[in-house]
Amino acid sequence: MNGRRLAAAAAAVVLIAVPFVHRDPYHLHILVLILIWSFAYTSWSMMGRFGLTSLGHGGFMGIGAYVTALLWNHLGISPWIGIPASLVCAGLLALVVAYPCFRFRITGHYFALVTLALSGIVLQIIIASRDYTGGSLGYTPDRATGSALAALQFDDKATWYLIALGVWAAGLLIWQVVDRSMARQALEAISEDEDAAAAAGINVTAEKLKITVLSALMTALAGGIYCQYQMFITPDTVSGISVSLQMVFAAVVGGLYVTLGPTVGAVITILMAEALRIGFGTKGVGWDNLIYGVLLVVFIIFLPKGILGSALERVRARLSAR
Amino acid sequence: MLVVEGLVKRFGGFTAVNNVSFRVEPGEILGLIGPNGSGKSTIFNLLSGTLLPTAGSIKFDGREIAGLPPHRIINAGVGRTFQIPRPFRRLSLFENVALAGYFGQNRHSVAKANEAAERALGLVGLPADRAAKVDGLGAAGLKKLELAKALATGPKLLLADESLGGLDEKEMDQAADMLRRIRDELGITIIWVEHIMGVLMRVVDRVMVLDHGEKISEGLPAAVAADPRVIEVYLGSDAQAAQAVAAGRG
Repeated sequence: MNGRRLAAAAAAVVLIAVPFVHRDPYHLHILVLILIWSFAYTSWSMMGRFGLTSLGHGGFMGIGAYVTALLWNHLGISPWIGIPASLVCAGLLALVVAYPCFRFRITGHYFALVTLALSGIVLQIIIASRDYTGGSLGYTPDRATGSALAALQFDDKATWYLIALGVWAAGLLIWQVVDRSMARQALEAISEDEDAAAAAGINVTAEKLKITVLSALMTALAGGIYCQYQMFITPDTVSGISVSLQMVFAAVVGGLYVTLGPTVGAVITILMAEALRIGFGTKGVGWDNLIYGVLLVVFIIFLPKGILGSALERVRARLSAR
Repeated sequence: MLVVEGLVKRFGGFTAVNNVSFRVEPGEILGLIGPNGSGKSTIFNLLSGTLLPTAGSIKFDGREIAGLPPHRIINAGVGRTFQIPRPFRRLSLFENVALAGYFGQNRHSVAKANEAAERALGLVGLPADRAAKVDGLGAAGLKKLELAKALATGPKLLLADESLGGLDEKEMDQAADMLRRIRDELGITIIWVEHIMGVLMRVVDRVMVLDHGEKISEGLPAAVAADPRVIEVYLGSDAQAAQAVAAGRG
């Protein structure tokens, strides 16, 4: 696997060099978005790949963004503390929702429905408490008067690019660590047959809880970073059901069983949304969601391993045929 | 080693297991037989924690295990196989067994789990080849895998559920010998559930017969096979065969 390490190192050098060579702010903006959403989709796939289909991750992302912004605006707490605090909130919420589900064997479609409700509830809370959150009109963290670093507010796109790159790379690293652990095998076994997994001595509830909380923490981090980068959040763009569905769609399209699958999904969905925005302007509002829906059905039927997953499988088959 | 008292399991109005009590002594093989639907598998599911008992007590090594979650019971030293093999098809053959070795024994060490997997695979006669897949196995192979997974968890008591379903006569004999070897060589106590009496009678030390969730007979194989109530349940023919086997082994 030395060749693979070399390729990863080369890719890292190229990715880090980008903002020093290419300074076009629009392109950097798109790249930052791709990196942040890639991280969010990777976070979703951490559990999604084991058949734990959550439609509630918009809720965790929303908590990451809103808790961070609210703590800053109302209490003057720096995002350096606010983001970890939002992670704690998201982790606790994940525990509260997931524990009863796993304890009482709510799986598959029923689990998806419970998490769908979670998405909706977080969205409603944000909208209902509009005096604090700005409701559906959105919310803007106050501009820092002191140190930009302390407030985690940078105007420079290159800085954000590097931050997003680091977070994204950390996400891939976590994926790899989980992938090589016994927890992965346990979760594969659980996704196939919970009783048989329990008979192998696996604490089914605990293993599922661990990956769910990890996934929720990572998703909330994506929300916090997104909030600090965009400096403007609305319930529809960082929370709610549409964000949750977007995560499912991108992960399925890219391929949720391979490390870079969710990243490929993010590249495709974001470029598609941008192309529609530029090509059709306001006339195309909502078209991307329509296309997502149609493509999701097509992919689940014809390419369930996603674009990258299927491509890698084909390459491997060709290599072993030689 | 295992003391079960007044075990009851009701599903709604249906009583699947009705006030069953029995003991298992260390090092013995207890046969648990009965017609389909007599409550054998339900008792297994109660012993292994897959189902919660409605009433009664299950003491393993003096410790109450009734109501514990399955993984705690496995960790305490009670391994089980399923009537229909339930392999993890997304994992390799070796990974299936190593997984049970890792989580089944409270040690959680990959090296020890691999060791346990190699030993268990060798014992049941499956290759310890890391590349082997589950998909290549036939009915007999899947039964062996099921047994290897249970052994890898390091049980003191093994619950073997209808191990011989779907096997031909020669494979049945081999499987029966396997269970005896597991007891003789590893000192593992076994409860063996079957609905065919013949082969079982040759290997077990004692037999317990269930019908409609109740214990109707218990004792040495020859005595149980001659019990009129058992003969009635088994319509005579199978019981006669069992009597012949029991008599033959002296």
